[in-house]
Amino acid sequence: MNPETLVAGVLLAALVLYTLGAGADFGGGVWDLFAFGRTGTRQRDVIAHALGPIWEANHVWLILVIVLLFVCFPAAFAALSTALHVPLTVMLIGIVLRGSAFTFRTYDRSDHAVQRRWSRVFAIASIVTPLMLGVCVGAVLSGDIGVDMTSGRVTGGFFAPWLAPFPFAVGLFALSLCAFLAATYLTLETTEPDVRRAFRARALVAAVATGVLAWTCFALARSGAPVMHEGLAGADGSLVFQIVTGSVAVGAIAALWTERYTLARALAVAQVTLIVCGWGFAQYPLLIPPDVSIANAAAPANVLRAVLTVLAIGAVVLLPSLAYLYRIFKLQPGR
Amino acid sequence: MTDLLAARLGMAMSLGFHILFAAAGIAMPLLMVIAEWRWLRSRDPVDLELTKRWLRGTAILFAVGAVSGTVLSFELGLLWPGFMRWAGPVIGMPFSLEGFAFFLEAIFLGIYLYGWDRVPPLAHWASGVVIAASGCVSGIFVVCANAWMNTPTGFRMENGVAVDIDPIAAMLNPAAFQQTLHMTIAAYLAIAFAASGIHAWGLLRDPASAFHRRALAITLLLGIACAPLQLVSGDISAKQVAESQPAKLAAMEGHWETKRNAPLTIGGLPDERAEVTRYGIQLPGMLSWLAFGDVNAEVKGLREFPREDRPPVLITHLAFQVMVGAGTTLLAVAVLSAVLWVRRRAVPVDRRFLKLLIAVSPLGLIAIEAGWTVTEVGRQPWIVHGVMRTRDAVTPMPGLVVPLVTISLLYVFLGLVVLALLRRQVFAAPRGPMKSVRAGGTEPPR
Ligand code: HDD
Ligand code: HEM
Ligand code: HEM
Repeated sequence: MNPETLVAGVLLAALVLYTLGAGADFGGGVWDLFAFGRTGTRQRDVIAHALGPIWEANHVWLILVIVLLFVCFPAAFAALSTALHVPLTVMLIGIVLRGSAFTFRTYDRSDHAVQRRWSRVFAIASIVTPLMLGVCVGAVLSGDIGVDMTSGRVTGGFFAPWLAPFPFAVGLFALSLCAFLAATYLTLETTEPDVRRAFRARALVAAVATGVLAWTCFALARSGAPVMHEGLAGADGSLVFQIVTGSVAVGAIAALWTERYTLARALAVAQVTLIVCGWGFAQYPLLIPPDVSIANAAAPANVLRAVLTVLAIGAVVLLPSLAYLYRIFKLQPGR
Repeated sequence: MTDLLAARLGMAMSLGFHILFAAAGIAMPLLMVIAEWRWLRSRDPVDLELTKRWLRGTAILFAVGAVSGTVLSFELGLLWPGFMRWAGPVIGMPFSLEGFAFFLEAIFLGIYLYGWDRVPPLAHWASGVVIAASGCVSGIFVVCANAWMNTPTGFRMENGVAVDIDPIAAMLNPAAFQQTLHMTIAAYLAIAFAASGIHAWGLLRDPASAFHRRALAITLLLGIACAPLQLVSGDISAKQVAESQPAKLAAMEGHWETKRNAPLTIGGLPDERAEVTRYGIQLPGMLSWLAFGDVNAEVKGLREFPREDRPPVLITHLAFQVMVGAGTTLLAVAVLSAVLWVRRRAVPVDRRFLKLLIAVSPLGLIAIEAGWTVTEVGRQPWIVHGVMRTRDAVTPMPGLVVPLVTISLLYVFLGLVVLALLRRQVFAAPRGPMKSVRAGGTEPPR
């Protein structure tokens, strides 16, 4: 395999891990906002406890994605950050407020009003961030970010590619996916049956919402992302792929319904992995349809090989450390 | 305001904000592991309390450092796509390596912060060591990238694209060693004195506090060790600048006319129209000596350079004076501290001395801001020295004032909250001598 395809594969893998980790952290913020009912306060505690040790590590996947993008596919990075300047800036504000509000809440006064205020900021920022990320993905899929590859100029304008129904539908889809993932994980973060049941109900609601939004995106894609729509509806391999993803989603719902939480978590992970990979394969070999491809945006091969070497060495240090972190905090039973 | 100006101010804002947290991210973990090491050996509750308080400070600062660093990564593209389009691959090596350092930092901070009773004590301490090491290393990597902008190597430009890229040569560019050394010491020095100020204040309020006394002993020792090193390293940096970036050196010094036996100007106001620097104190031959180690060496003046290639002289010169002034003051205070310490055979806590420590506590951080202003403004009009001009790198996006104002307001807000929380978590320490042992307890007190 040529080095640029390998790097693109690593990028996709990092995006999957970012979604599985940080995506769920954003979802946790969503459920902080909807932590009502008798168990409301305890739900918030479980969420805070689940996020505390891991959110910063999960966040670094995004930084890795950005760095790989600007080092290995600089033309794509330049084009994306020009055409999507506005949604990316809003997303950044979300990232800043989410992380800081979460930390501030931990270390600020414990009285209700103060905690409540930081919770609000944390929750709203957790909603805005994945929404905007989804909008950006939708804008990429739409094929409206035209790029003149010789001058590097962006031809689609600063607003048109993302200020449309399809990108926002993708944004909502991303948000509900995060919420679904989070609620499913959270069922395993507590031993209290009533709190667990509350998260189960939330996971089911989010699963249904995710399904509805998936169909909405698909319907809107007909005009909003025609090339993508054709690919999804047409090619033979993609139908199989969609059936598998759909069945996993249904399986996750069934597992939640029958209170098999470990299975539900595994299926949710599989579902999200399939969705993100499906996105990747759907637009392969393009990075930003229709003009920017893996091949025409790639950095020189020797740079890519150097980066791959760094990634290989880095992985030797990183993966055991990550495994250690998760073993300490996620494989020991929750409180 | 033009979009170019808004972009430059935006970048400066974000970096100026982030660097304060980055400095804390480099130096605080070191303080923290020293305190925990002492606790492991002595089992003295004061040391444990100190570890935990510094840890809470670190956790707050780290979170803000991480999110503001994320803003920076995006801003490289949001503001300077014309630069990243070709420079990304060249400086990719340090940034990729930095990514892994960030991972290690974030992972082990999670373990350190929440793992008190989940991992064995020595493993806990070792996590702290990993945080301290990767914080230091991540700073080094990113400064390598910045040094490349000052002394670009490891590629050739052909029709606006970089070819023959050698990522290792680009990372190990001629300014990399000098800048990383100077920045790393700067972080330890600035945080040592900032923390000394906080604990000196605590001691003024509560002279019997064993907590603040122990803290001061550690921070002051670090400050005393770093202050002289920083002077030496600054001199090394200056010699490097003299060699590779003569226009920047001339702007730092407000030096207009090329001559041998060039004088060093202390203070003074450069007048860019009249091309003179007024009101400064001149030390004959000193500039030649500082820049090239020879009082008779020739130092290029600003008039040598066409106007469109000159950096803004006034800002660069003043910022340089501020940095050197701060560095010299801190060195003097460090020497005084050492003398008092030896005389008293204990960390000095005289009230007048404590007040002095409080007065100088922001100087290190001010010097960091000033030093970066020298480096960045002194490089203008280039974004990559001699290769690309800043105005050619800026995004075509109109209305950059809007994100500039929004993000600035956001940073002001975050800064104020952080100060309030630090006050609550670090400064409001237990009063008087401590007896009770409070082991365990992972979460901060509410
Ligand atoms: C605690 C902070 C601190 C202190 C006390 C000093 N500096 Fe500094 N200086 C920095 C913090 C700093 C910095 C913020 O870290 C910079 C910006 C870029 C860099 O590499 O370091 C810097 C840059 C910098 C540069 C420009 C390097 C370049 O553009 O490549 C020079 C020539 C000096 N310094 C020289 C000195 C001298 C002669 C000092 C004598 C007292 C001094 N610095 C004290
Ligand atoms: C953290 C410490 C740093 C500070 C405080 C800092 C400060 C500044 C300042 C004041 C400017 C504006 C210059 C002007 O308007 O005249 C600037 C510009 C810039 N800096 Fe730095 N800088 C830092 C480190 C870095 C690093 C590590 C990089 C990249 C690897 C970098 C990349 C840039 C870029 C791309 C610009 C915009 C172009 C320009 O105006 O030169 N800076 N920075
Ligand atoms: C010379 C200037 C810089 C130094 C010394 C520095 C150092 C650091 C350090 C030590 C951290 C760890 C977080 C903390 O403890 O606060 C950090 C975080 C970060 N920095 Fe900087 N940085 C600098 C400039 C930059 C620039 C120019 C960028 C962008 C390209 C950047 C990107 C980041 C990112 C993305 C993080 C977050 C990592 C995480 O999530 O843990 N930094 N930086």
